[in-house]
Amino acid sequence: MSDLPLLSLVIWLPIIGGLMVLALGATGNKSLVRWSSLAWAIVAFVVSIPLYTGFNLSTHEMQFVEHVSWIPAFNVFYHVGIDGVSMPLILLTTFTTILVVIAAWEVIDHKTAQYMACFLIMEGMMNGVFAALDAVLFYVFWEGMLIPMFLVIGIWGGVRRVYATIKFFLYTFFGSVFLLIALIYLYFQTGNFSILDFQAVQLGLTAQILIFLSFLIAFAVKVPMWPVHTWLPDAHVEAPTGGSVILAAIMLKLGAYGFLRFMLPITPDASSELDWLVITMSLVAVVYIGLVALVQEDMKKLVAYSSISHMGFVTLGFFLVFGIYQQTGSTSGAALGMEGAMVQMISHGFISGAMFLCIGVLYDRMHSRRISDYGGVANTMPWFAAFMVFFAMANAGLPGTSGFVGEFFVILSAFQANFWYAFLAATTLILGAAYSLWLVKRVVFGEVKNENVAALKDINARETLVLGSLAMLILLFGIWPAPLLEVMHPTVEHLLQQAVTSKL
Amino acid sequence: MENIYLGIVLAPLIGAIIAGLFGKQVGRSGAHWVTIIGVAIAFGLSAFVFNNIILNNGDIYNATVYSWAVSDGISFEVGFLVDELTATMMMVVTFVSLMVHIYTVGYMRDDPGYQRFFSYISLFTFSMLMLVMANNFMQLFFGWEAVGLVSYLLIGFWYKKETAIYANMKAFLVNRVGDFGFLLGIAAVLMYFNSLDYADVFKAAPDMAGLTIQLIPGVDWSLMTVICILLFIGAMGKSAQVPLHVWLPDSMEGPTPISALIHAATMVTAGIYMVARMSPLFELSTTALSVVLVIGAITALFMGFLGLIQNDIKRVIAYSTLSQLGYMTVALGASAYAAGIFHLMTHAFFKALLFLAAGSVIVAMHHEQDIRKMGGLKKYMPITYWCMLIGSLALIGFPGFSGFFSKDAIIEAVHASDNPAATFAYVSVLIGVFVTALYSFRMFFLVFHGKERMDHHTQEHLHESPAVITLPLILLAIPSVVIGAMAVGPLLFGDYFGSTIFVSENNDVLARLGEHYTGVVNFVVHGVMAPPFWLAMAGVFTAWYLYMKRPELPAKLKARFEGIYNVLDNAYFFDKFNAAVFAMGSLKAGNFFWQVGDVKGIDGIMVNGTANLIGRVAGRLRNLQTGYLYHYAFAMIIGLLVLMSWLLAYA
Repeated sequence: MSDLPLLSLVIWLPIIGGLMVLALGATGNKSLVRWSSLAWAIVAFVVSIPLYTGFNLSTHEMQFVEHVSWIPAFNVFYHVGIDGVSMPLILLTTFTTILVVIAAWEVIDHKTAQYMACFLIMEGMMNGVFAALDAVLFYVFWEGMLIPMFLVIGIWGGVRRVYATIKFFLYTFFGSVFLLIALIYLYFQTGNFSILDFQAVQLGLTAQILIFLSFLIAFAVKVPMWPVHTWLPDAHVEAPTGGSVILAAIMLKLGAYGFLRFMLPITPDASSELDWLVITMSLVAVVYIGLVALVQEDMKKLVAYSSISHMGFVTLGFFLVFGIYQQTGSTSGAALGMEGAMVQMISHGFISGAMFLCIGVLYDRMHSRRISDYGGVANTMPWFAAFMVFFAMANAGLPGTSGFVGEFFVILSAFQANFWYAFLAATTLILGAAYSLWLVKRVVFGEVKNENVAALKDINARETLVLGSLAMLILLFGIWPAPLLEVMHPTVEHLLQQAVTSKL
Repeated sequence: MENIYLGIVLAPLIGAIIAGLFGKQVGRSGAHWVTIIGVAIAFGLSAFVFNNIILNNGDIYNATVYSWAVSDGISFEVGFLVDELTATMMMVVTFVSLMVHIYTVGYMRDDPGYQRFFSYISLFTFSMLMLVMANNFMQLFFGWEAVGLVSYLLIGFWYKKETAIYANMKAFLVNRVGDFGFLLGIAAVLMYFNSLDYADVFKAAPDMAGLTIQLIPGVDWSLMTVICILLFIGAMGKSAQVPLHVWLPDSMEGPTPISALIHAATMVTAGIYMVARMSPLFELSTTALSVVLVIGAITALFMGFLGLIQNDIKRVIAYSTLSQLGYMTVALGASAYAAGIFHLMTHAFFKALLFLAAGSVIVAMHHEQDIRKMGGLKKYMPITYWCMLIGSLALIGFPGFSGFFSKDAIIEAVHASDNPAATFAYVSVLIGVFVTALYSFRMFFLVFHGKERMDHHTQEHLHESPAVITLPLILLAIPSVVIGAMAVGPLLFGDYFGSTIFVSENNDVLARLGEHYTGVVNFVVHGVMAPPFWLAMAGVFTAWYLYMKRPELPAKLKARFEGIYNVLDNAYFFDKFNAAVFAMGSLKAGNFFWQVGDVKGIDGIMVNGTANLIGRVAGRLRNLQTGYLYHYAFAMIIGLLVLMSWLLAYA
């Protein structure tokens, strides 16, 4: 088992599967397409499980490494490997894809094979991004992944899908250009594209700051951070349910992942100089975006803004280390923030995915995302209502759900960096509850609003399976986050050391 | 022992899960049996623990159940600390909960959400037990928020009612404001103590007393004051202290059994419990204690005033709860933690009794809650009548009843306290005694005595409630009478709490009072001669005079003092202020950020603006590409000329 190139399998199996499903589409047998898509998704998930069970908890070194020459002329390698940051994200990706396939089951009747293929191929590419240790390989997956998402929104999207896709594509592409420039500069410094070599290379402060800013633009767009976030609500609103789920659960994490893989280790001094910038952007996300979420009239927009606000905790948690280090000369207290941020990434994957799936359940029945079209759903869909209230509570960071863990740790850590960071971050306790519960009040509770709501049917077995499995995970990691945190410790320790070790 | 403690918390949880997820399968009677048995197990085991720890001086239990998470070398654990304080709380919680479970069988008999209701109240019992049995701040916060969740679910139990789903959201959000402070307090504790375990923190606390913290650069504040005030903000939310009290009156939208259990007897006292638990921290900051004292005194007095003008039977009792929570907070501020917990306990019994008795009245009145439409119910509902009388006498502190001992202890403690705010608090709680008696007996007379003002149909159907309702009333009436006399000696002046509650020597008012304590009988005799008793009697007499003897007077008073009435009727305008400033302010800010920041600013100027600019520039440039050959040739010649002259000039 251990001899298998597991990472390659996790990357390429879904891509091959996607192509096969695409070929099956020609037969017109939709049932076959669905079952085989599900089979491929499950196979990819099963293959990713040994990454967790066989993971060595005692080292920060890359594991499951594969290293093959790819383009010798430029010292480009097919180099993959994972550590405690990327491993949980790969599992999140393989797991979420299964849910997306099931959630689309009878909902996507138009070009089913192409839809499924897009998600399988996207899965492989996202795994590729998380596993890549060569910058060219990383960049290829990073850009390649946009194409299936572009298609998903553009083909199965809503009315304004063209505007949304172009905005989405240009925004992210704009960021990627800066990423490419930075990677090429680093290539000239090291002579190859190994990300680990990038991390080791000595750089002057000016160079670091320029690289830092390039990375910041690229990754901030993806997270997305205020003020480059406006593509996300549009993309979410127009995307089909599956697209929204992947976008929120995984794609946003890619940006945050970039902060950890590139920015902190490659440009530690610039990160230290400019930590105020990232922290300010994060806190603006929490407060400003939290308030914006409050006034949304479209359910998907509301959850999209809530995503941005929650991602603010992730970026905040990453950059607390410098403030703490300056005060105490040690990184004690910073690991809490960084691990909290990483738990928040995973947890947000579950919770935002679940929220979008809930909205999808309603949309499939009523073909409306407007909050004012709903009211009193609990009367006709009691089980759905129970799930929705649960997920809303998780979104509001209720202890006992995974949503609490990350926010709790980040706030605890933020207090050690600066009281006011913690103060502003903790406003999410109020704002998050306000927009989540107000949504629930208007949609789920109350008298039956109109005959459409009166005609609603409660969730079926398939939908219960999808929502139920997410609810279980949210509860599990809320009651016992230890197994998730345990895999991160050595990597985070190492990362913090890198962040506070000057390259000047 | 660990298995016993696990049994105590898990039995109600399992009951809740079965009733909640398999309500259809187990049916209505299945749901109430499984939850009642679950809570009965918790009660039985709690009694066993109580017997062990308090009556037989057993060992305090403090151990981890499992490690929740480890990060940054800090272990976050789920564990139990069972000492005298916890054991007392466990008894109160499980006993009242059991009574409420039984009562609910009758009260909710015809409700379609029967199973769901039992599931929620059992889940509440689990959460509340997790809260009081926690041995660390993280689990405390878990229980804290979990009871908030259940409270949210239960206030909005009748989810079709617009007022109910407004009230539950309001309750959750106001509580979150408190939790905001609470969480920051926990963060401060972690930063300075590097642990969230009670034992570690309390042990290290005295060494931290001198530390300062700068929240605003250049301004030094005592660390302990900051921590305690932040934690107390949490208590203000949960225990409904001014100005975070606004959710509690509205919470009466929920079914009456939960008003008794959650919003009177147990959950709202979590803040009191928490401050008492944190006594080793609060004792280090006189400033924090003063804040506690002032907030408590304001709540005790001013919420009492509001009770005078309510006409909804549940709201009268709700404001009375607010006022009594103020008394408990005053006790904490005066460092008389034991008195605060004592009042918490007696209040839990008599206030649950009052609420359940009110529920019995409400059922008999066909869900009419307006006391102006009642009257003369005494002859129809004798058991409810006597129970309500016992509850009211306990509430106003009639000598011999449980409330007398606890309230008198608080008043005396404040009187003896040296805290700078003690005088203000003393006056407030003294006036409060008169007010309490007035609103309690106003309600009592209007409901049970005088003219029968209900409509004919209701009158014909009036009868005493069934045994499932009256039995819990009787069972609660017993401790409402006797618990005070039984507990006053050991609890206030004995060694009941052992080392659980820490009071520094300078602040130890109860010890000073204890020097004069010579037994229950003398305590009562002394009480009869003291001002609070006469104030209470004056209150009862005033109520009788205004509402029985001269019933036309209240309307005249209302007309005469219209301004004051208006202020009271609007509850000091807290709701209007919050709605206008905080709610509207947030929505306005949100809309501004969205429309001006996102749509016009970022999207309008930056994103689409860039696209438009490119479009416009490209549009202009397109004019150059005319397609005529002579235009291009002309441009080439001009270009060549410019190039050549440049070369000639500089070459």
